Amino acid sequence: MERSDTLQEKMEQNGMSRRTFIKYCASLASLMALPPSAAYAMAEALGKAKRPSVIWLPFQECTGCTESITRSHSPSIEGMIFDMISLDYQETLMAAAGHQAEEALHAAMKENYGKYVLIIDGSVATGLDGAYSCIAGRSNLESLKEAAKGAAAIIALGSCASFGGIPKANPNPTGAVAVSDIIKDKPIVNIPGCPPIPVVITGVLAQFLTFGTLPELDKLGRPKAVFGETIHDRCYRRPFYDQGKFAKTFDDEGARQGWCLFELGCKGPVTYNACATTKWNDSTSFPIESGHGCIGCSEPDFWDAGGFYKALSMPADPLKMAATAAVAGAAVGVAISFANRAKKGAAKSAHETTKLEDLEK
Amino acid sequence: MNELQFLTWVRGTGLNIAVGIFLLGVLWRLFEIYSLGRKQDLSAPRHASGASGFHTIFRRSLPPPGMLKRSPVSYIGGYVFHIGLAIVVFLFAPHILLIKNLTGLSWPALPSQFIDLMAVVTMAAMVVVLVDRINKPVKRFLSTFEDWFTWTVTFLPVLTGWMAVQHLLLPYTTMLALHILSVELLLVVLPFTKLFHVFTLFGSRWYNGKVNGHKGVPV
Repeated sequence: MERSDTLQEKMEQNGMSRRTFIKYCASLASLMALPPSAAYAMAEALGKAKRPSVIWLPFQECTGCTESITRSHSPSIEGMIFDMISLDYQETLMAAAGHQAEEALHAAMKENYGKYVLIIDGSVATGLDGAYSCIAGRSNLESLKEAAKGAAAIIALGSCASFGGIPKANPNPTGAVAVSDIIKDKPIVNIPGCPPIPVVITGVLAQFLTFGTLPELDKLGRPKAVFGETIHDRCYRRPFYDQGKFAKTFDDEGARQGWCLFELGCKGPVTYNACATTKWNDSTSFPIESGHGCIGCSEPDFWDAGGFYKALSMPADPLKMAATAAVAGAAVGVAISFANRAKKGAAKSAHETTKLEDLEK
Repeated sequence: MNELQFLTWVRGTGLNIAVGIFLLGVLWRLFEIYSLGRKQDLSAPRHASGASGFHTIFRRSLPPPGMLKRSPVSYIGGYVFHIGLAIVVFLFAPHILLIKNLTGLSWPALPSQFIDLMAVVTMAAMVVVLVDRINKPVKRFLSTFEDWFTWTVTFLPVLTGWMAVQHLLLPYTTMLALHILSVELLLVVLPFTKLFHVFTLFGSRWYNGKVNGHKGVPV
């Protein structure tokens, strides 16, 4: 595949009309909360753009993020754009292995120095100098620092790269951290989720290619357009929450009626993501629609947030101090009551009767 | 510490500490107060006290003749905010769920829109009562730091809870965490301030009624 292919040429080869392409650009522009006029600019820029070099490094991860991106429903438009970037290094998807793969990586980094987009999925192990996770004999920590130097922008894909994710869950044996904990001098976009929504990454890439800018980010470094609202606020089951209609178990009448899953531990109210609107599997459904509460996978430390099946209003941990405190309180009370009684007794026995002659003294 | 970690802390460690201090304080003070005892009253009862204690528990919730007119804000404002508070605290679905989790007891909830309305009414009544306390020279003179402080720690949970539900000012997660934190503050100070009337109210009314009956003023 020639590296100089433009997207336009590539699309024509795939039988995609310009009209379809502009429609796609319009949907991407609206996803990224850009004005409608941006769609044409985007189509122009993407049409002419050389396929950008993308280097994708997997660290402490489960390949779920890759699984998610590959399920962007090829030959859907997302899938095609995904084919059209020049993905120079992606261990799971590339044919090369071993030394060839390493060579491809270093060639791409050298050739596109300062211009490539670096996608990281997985957290970075820092324990034992990063020895917990190595590729080609080098720690992820080392690879990240090297690859980040020549990157134009970094996309931390998935909750592990964005926030440390499951590897960072208590007690974090590998000393896992997020990409943003290591790299401080490059623009980083966090696209959390376990896994993240496929269209979000194509949206971020399209904006970067068109305008050379990254989307507006919230304070956790996530694109505001996608992570601006909670699942709860966009949930189709929200009216049941407001009416106080809750499923109590996963197989009761309420569950069959599609009532709110808050009591079954749904983390929708505290989770900022677009699942309820973009949905998954070609807009088929999302977890709540399938009858399971949101587990809050795009939030930092979701794994340690008190259990997936405990309602948000419930204690995150058992109240271990309660019994001891009650006994201690009762003991203090009883002790003080004895002290008070002793005081009273002492006062009584020290009491002297005042006689008339005492007053006349 | 990010928002969700803050929320998890207040739901976990924070709640554990607050409930611990609350239980410790409540049992301590209940044992201390009820073990004080009273000197035996050797005088002959002027009236068999009968149910005077029991009746007083209810009678003291009603304004004495003429008082409602003289002090409408205290009575009406007081009623509204106490009843409103009880509805908001005990009949909101997530609150019932918490109680169920802690004690195993549960009951039906009211629709969240109604709870929302009650929260606003409660806050309005509390503000009116506070303004009255500031405006009336006698009330202001009688007020101590404890009065202003207890008003604040009672008001904050209602305000933060309502703001969390309404998505005002801060993201829901932060506001929910602040709401739980404010309730924890309330739990911690409750046993050691005048808010302890939650527990001693009926006991002292009963005692007063009984003593009054003994002295010849039956109710």
